[in-house]
Order: sequence, then C-alpha cells, then structure tokens
Amino acid sequence: MAIQFTLNGKPATVDVNPDMPLLWVLRDALNMTGTKFGCGMALCGACTVHINGNATRSCITPISSVSGKHVTTIEGLSATSSHPVQVAWKQIDVPQCGYCQSGQIMSAAALLAKTPKPTDAQIDDAMSGNICRCGTYPRIRKAIHIAAQLQSGGAKPAAAPSADANPAPNAEAVLAGGAE
Amino acid sequence: MSAITQPIGRRNFLKTGAAGAAGLIVGFYLPGRGEAFAAAAPASEPRVFNAFVQIAPDDTVTILINKSEMGQGVETSIAMLCAEELGCDWKRIHTEFAPADKVYFDPAFGMQGTGGSQSIHSAWDPMRQAGATARLMLISAAAQKWGVETSECHAADGKVVHAASKRSATFGSLAEAAAQLPAPKEVKLKDPSEFTIVGKPTHRVDTAKKVNGTAGFGVDVRLPGMLHASVEHCPVFAGTVVSFDDTKTKAIPGVKAVLPIMTLRDPKKPPVMTAVAVVADNTWTAFQGRKALDIKWDEGPGADASNASIRKSFEDVMDKPGVSSRKEGDAVAGLQSAATKVEATYWAPYQAHSTMEPINGTADVRPDGVDLWMPTQFQTPSQLTGMGISGLPQDKVKVHTTYLGGGFGRRGWSDFVTEACQLSKAMGKPVQVTWKREDDTQHDYYRPASLIKMSAGLDADGKPTAFAARVACDSIMSWFFPGSITNGLDSSSVEGVSDIAYDIPNVSVDYHLMAGPVPMGFWRSVGASQNGFFSESFVDELAHAANKDPYQYRRDLLSKKPRHLAVLNLAAEKAGWGTELAKGRYRGIAVLEAFSTYAAEVVEISIDKDNAVKVHRVVAAVDCGRVINPDTAEAQVSGAIVYGITAALNTEITIDKGRVVQANFDTVPPLRMNECPKIEVHFVPSTETPTGLGEPAVPPVAPAIANAIFAATGKRVRKLPIKPEDLA
Repeated sequence: MAIQFTLNGKPATVDVNPDMPLLWVLRDALNMTGTKFGCGMALCGACTVHINGNATRSCITPISSVSGKHVTTIEGLSATSSHPVQVAWKQIDVPQCGYCQSGQIMSAAALLAKTPKPTDAQIDDAMSGNICRCGTYPRIRKAIHIAAQLQSGGAKPAAAPSADANPAPNAEAVLAGGAE
Repeated sequence: MSAITQPIGRRNFLKTGAAGAAGLIVGFYLPGRGEAFAAAAPASEPRVFNAFVQIAPDDTVTILINKSEMGQGVETSIAMLCAEELGCDWKRIHTEFAPADKVYFDPAFGMQGTGGSQSIHSAWDPMRQAGATARLMLISAAAQKWGVETSECHAADGKVVHAASKRSATFGSLAEAAAQLPAPKEVKLKDPSEFTIVGKPTHRVDTAKKVNGTAGFGVDVRLPGMLHASVEHCPVFAGTVVSFDDTKTKAIPGVKAVLPIMTLRDPKKPPVMTAVAVVADNTWTAFQGRKALDIKWDEGPGADASNASIRKSFEDVMDKPGVSSRKEGDAVAGLQSAATKVEATYWAPYQAHSTMEPINGTADVRPDGVDLWMPTQFQTPSQLTGMGISGLPQDKVKVHTTYLGGGFGRRGWSDFVTEACQLSKAMGKPVQVTWKREDDTQHDYYRPASLIKMSAGLDADGKPTAFAARVACDSIMSWFFPGSITNGLDSSSVEGVSDIAYDIPNVSVDYHLMAGPVPMGFWRSVGASQNGFFSESFVDELAHAANKDPYQYRRDLLSKKPRHLAVLNLAAEKAGWGTELAKGRYRGIAVLEAFSTYAAEVVEISIDKDNAVKVHRVVAAVDCGRVINPDTAEAQVSGAIVYGITAALNTEITIDKGRVVQANFDTVPPLRMNECPKIEVHFVPSTETPTGLGEPAVPPVAPAIANAIFAATGKRVRKLPIKPEDLA
C-alpha cells in the first residue's frame, strides 16, 4: 500500500508494509541513515525525528500513522548544518562517538521551537529520553543554552525548527534512489 | 595472530591504501555534504609519502588513522601529532581510517587494534615521525628545485619557505617530486616548546559529520544489492541449535533466506550451529522473521547457571590459597602482630558494554575478494576472520573501518564479522547483520564478576602494616587469549588491587581463576573497574578504623608516589575537601592509577528518603602526561565519569537459568540527563610522555560514591551496583 507523506519538505511515497516503523522506512527503504536505531522500544531516543514539529520516536511509529504528515529528519533540519542547535553543537564539540547525536539534536531543536529559553529543569524534561553512553550530557546542556542565545540574539536567523522549508540539498536524489 | 606473516612493502601498502580509501567512499550511500570543519577528500590523486601521510596536488593532506574512532577523539588527536611535525595547514587536513595492514600494528598488541587506553601513547612517536619525515622530503624537493640548501628552508602552514629569497611553494605543488625522494633515515623532532598544535584545544574533525547525520557508522553502510540480516542466538551461553522450522518465516514477504550460523567452539571438533539468521530485504523484516522462527535448542550444560550458583562457586574457593600475584614482606605475620585488624569481603557483578550502536557488521564475500565494513576495534582479527571464511589470502580481504557508535571494549571481538561473512558467502551478495538491543545486552562479552576478601593490619597509629587480598574473578584472558595466562594468573583480574600504591610493608595478593559459562571481555577500564572499587573502598575503611580523614590518610600513605599524590591533592583542593557542604550533601574521595594514567575524584552526593543516591558534583584530577587535545581530553574524563556512575548505581547483568536476565535499556538503564551531575575536570600540567584517557577516569567513581555514602550514613556498601535497599 502506497503511503504518502512530506519528508524534509518534499513529497514522499513509499510502498511498504504499513506496520513497518518509520525508522526502518527511512533507513532501509529510503537509505536515509542519519536517523539511528538504538533500542526499538522508544527507550533511548536515537531515532528521534519531528512529526508535524513534535519530537517523535520513529522506531515505534508505524509508517501508516505518518500518512499525510510532515516528517523532518536530521538530514532536513537545515541545509548547511546552520540550525542554531547544530551551530552550538559544533561550537563546543558536543559529540563523542556521535551515534546518539542525531536524536539528541532533534530533541533539542523541538525543545527550542516551543521553549526558546529553556531552564535546566526544562532541558532535563525534554532531553532525559535521549541516552548518550559517551556521557556528553554536560556539553549537551551547555550547547542548548548556547543555541537558545543564537536563536534569539542577533545570530544568523536559522531555519524554522521544523525546517520543512529547508530540505537537504540531496533529499531529492535520496528519494529517487530509494524509490526503486 | 601469527597468520599474518607476509611483510607488506610500501608498494603493496600503496595499493591497499588506495583501494581502502575508494572503498570507504562508495560504502556510504550519502556522500559527505555541507560545510565540513576539515577539508573534504582530495580532488586530485594524492601522492604517498609514507603509511600515514599523503599529499595531493590540491594541497589536501590526508592523514591515515590506524586507530578506531569510537568517541575518544583519536581521529583528531592522532592527526594533530602528525600535523604538528608536518607543518601543514590544519584546515587542509583530511583523515581516513587505515586499511588492515601490518604497518599499522600497535606494538602493545602485536596487531592492529584500539584498546587499553593505548592510542595516544603508541601514536606519540610514530605519528610525529611520519609528519617530520614527510616535511623533510618536501623541504628537500623545494631546495632541489630552487638550488638552495635544505637547511635554509623551513615548512609552515602548508608551504616550504626559503626566507632568504622570499620564495615559497605549497605542499601540493611539491608533492609529486617530494614523494619520489628517499625517506630520511633519521628525523629530529620538534622540541615541545615549539609546538603550535599539540596541547592546544582543537576542534574535532568529526563533529561536522556528527551533527548532520552524515557520519558513517557500521549500520549506515549501504551497498548495491545489499541484504539485511538479523540473528537469533541460543539464549543460553554455549547452547546449540538442534533443529529449526522456518516455514512461517519464509512466508513473510521480503524474507530471502534462513541460514545457520556456525561457530568453532572447540578447535578439535567441527563447528557447531549456534544461531539462526534471517536474511531479508530490510532489517525490520529480518526482525519479524526471527519472531516467526521455531527453533529447538540444546541449551547445554550452562542451562542451570544462576547468579547464586556462580557466586557460590566463587565463595567455595575463598578459603584456599590462590596463585600469588604480589608478595612483599610477610603479610601473615604483619596481620598477626597488628594492633587493629580490618577484614571485608566485596562483590562486583557482570556488566554489559551497551554501546549506543547495536552490534553489526557488513561483509561482501565474493569468490575473488572480500570487503568488510566493520565498526571494529580490532582490524587484524576482523581480517583473519574474513580470510578464514573466504579461504582467500590476506591481500584479498579488505577491512574498511567505519565510525564506531561506542566501543568500550565490546568491539574488540569479531563475532559480528563472522556472522556477516558467513551470511554474505552463503547469499553471494553483500549482507549487513544488525543485532537488536536485546541481543546486544544478552550476547555480550561481559565485565567479569569478582569476589574479593581483603584484610589489613594497622599499628597503634592506624598506619597499615600489612595488606592481604584474595581474588576470585572470571578470567577475561581465558576467553580472549588463553596463551597469555601463566601459572593460572590472568593479570587483568587483579590489576587495581595487586598494584595497590599505598606504602604498606607487607603485601600479599593471590588469585583464583574462575572459568564459568558467561563470556568475558574487556570493559572500559577492565580489571581496575572492579578492583579500584574494592581497594579504594577498603582504604577508606582503614582510614575510618584509624580515625583519620580519608584524604589525609591517603596522602600520608602516598608520600613516595608523587603522581598519585599530585592528582589526589588537586582533586581535593578543587573540590574544597574539608570545607562545609550544603545540608544533606556528603563527599567521598578515591584515587587510582590505571593504564599509566593517574586519576583522583571527589564526589558530592545526597540520599533521599527512599535511600536513592544522587550524585550532584564530581571533581576529577588527572595526570596523563602531556595532554594532546585538552578539549577531547576533558570530554573523555567527563564521559568516563558518567559511564562509571551508571555502573555504580544503575546497572548489572545477572544470570538465571543460564540466560541473561536483562534485555533493553529499561533493565540496563544508563545514566540520563536528569541524573547527570556537574562534572569538573582538571589536568596536572605535565611534560611526561602522554598516556591514555579512555578508561582511567572510570575506576575512582564507584569507590568515591561508596565512600561518600559511608560519610553520609555510616553504612559501608561492599557490592555493586549500589541500590536503595543496600542503604535501608
């Protein structure tokens, strides 16, 4: 059954088992590997994407439930890694192994979209669903505060956090390649 | 590891290197895009100077990294060592992971691999020499071109400069001629006072790829025609498959095949079927296929094992003398004559590694060659595995090392390489095998469980006159490399206690090698992870028995150990040891050397009404010799502390009916953001040869927490993890 949705600002159609989680549609059907598999049970947050702007665990989200919705992945968060969260992440070199960081960044971007100046307690609430085994939490916290400043104060205006207007430059190629 | 006997000449290396680079690039579906901190791959054909340095006419300098990047930042810090001597423009650096080749062996292991906090220590000289050698070749080429003396030229910012005539030439323009010159036999390395890169906080070369989803991990490899697989392992260690019915599995659309996984358990016997793999056109379908399998297992003799039975087997040997690992003076006499005697028994559980990236591997086994895309810590065993399964010689088996989504010692094993190779060979196509989180937790090579009985005698002043310890511990080396065990001693089981640093005249440590059914492996900080908890908690017990402050007591006993003393003092000073704390907060301290790096930590905790422990602040002081990249060094120590808190308070692996009880992150819960303390890291300024940082900050965490709990409650916790019921 063909399922249609909007992926990083572009229409996408996939013909897969409707029970297949969005995570595996992205990774294996569309070859968009930026979104990671960590636990398969929404326990670790590595698979976090935005669905209609909300941080969502794609590993337990059947593709059938995504029909007609707007999905943003790490590849679509900004065209040139210019989202304030990405800029802040680079500024203080948050990632270590990096495997959880797509999910961390998507959770942080969703937080800042709704809460432009989060407190530490709000950061705890929004980010405690994302596990990092390298223990980058102190830098994640610091980078979220930096990103909040970048977003509000004079820094280069960044993409809207849902970023559907800023598809990755190669998103089209990816979709074409994955459609076979 | 002796199978690799063929020496690799420079010419062979060239071919290997070029193929490796090209292979890695095609290995990922998504090419790197967007702005990158470091230069992209060279647009023009690089010229090879040596095993580590290639320079392209477009001025891109490619530095080959012979270590796996699993978060520790070696891709950056090893490149820094080379670039420091090369005199290149850091912004034109491009890094690539080296192919499997003898030239990239780590002398500490006798093979190519990453572990033991060895990377920086073993790269310190060779990488600087590789850079310096290439610099001299570039200078010679420029001097020849200009008809001047080499001594009149120098290299900086990617150019060779002849100051007298104000001439300069870029490295790229000299690369062709310079690479053909003979490599100088001797190079003089810079005096550290001249360093411009080493020791300076430097942005990681991998960050740009890790914030936009383009960093290629093992699970991200995408190859034309590639199939996806997942494997159902026998739930009981050492069990086998009797038979399986795959009718329902094969009825699932997208399932391509159901295949046995064979394991060589006993070299004298044929391989046995230990698991069943489902191969499908995507990973999720492979997972679904596993659920539909009907497998009859022979659970084997391990099916009765439980935590209680394992613990009892340890307790049963504690009254008998073991193999001596350290003997100085006469500990028996010292204990007998002591004014005060302190005795305690401690226990540490099995631990899983729980890397964020579940275990996986991708193989393309063809009749004429093998390509392995592996998130591996050890390239040489990966290559040997590919050679064994394909029957092809070494030069036909290429290892492409991907980024590793965490390692912590788990990816030193090659079980995932074996599975990917067997499946690819059977299918005649590239196959990626991906484990579920539950597989990762239940089929790990675990941190050993260990039981220890310690005794100490104190004189009338409270000073220890004797220390005796008896260790019963699962042996890692009997799983990984039995040949390294001499006279029944696996030194990894006693490190962190046998080398107790305190000034005690009579010391005796002995050891019982335990060989149970649970597979053992290297876990971040290895033996020091549990023995540091034992020895540093016990020294705290001695301090309290002597009515001394735990920090001052350690100081007095470390007067002959300046590096221990320096980190201890620095941590105590920065933490404000002895100053008043907020109500309900308590401090604990611990210090340990591991992998030739010294770490002391002071923790601040509180305990709530339900006896749950919260860590609020950790202050660490570390001496790892010269610090290469202060920014990644801080990250390693901070991350190790988080890893240590998880194991101290949150996680353990237990066994019931021969199976691992825990499965996913709900039952092995890593520390989360809301539980993470404030962490402060300080380095002792040093010009000593650098030593490693991946592991040494783990061991002091658990004893510092346990010591803080004693300060808070007067209860001595002698087992891990520390649970609320232990404080009730």
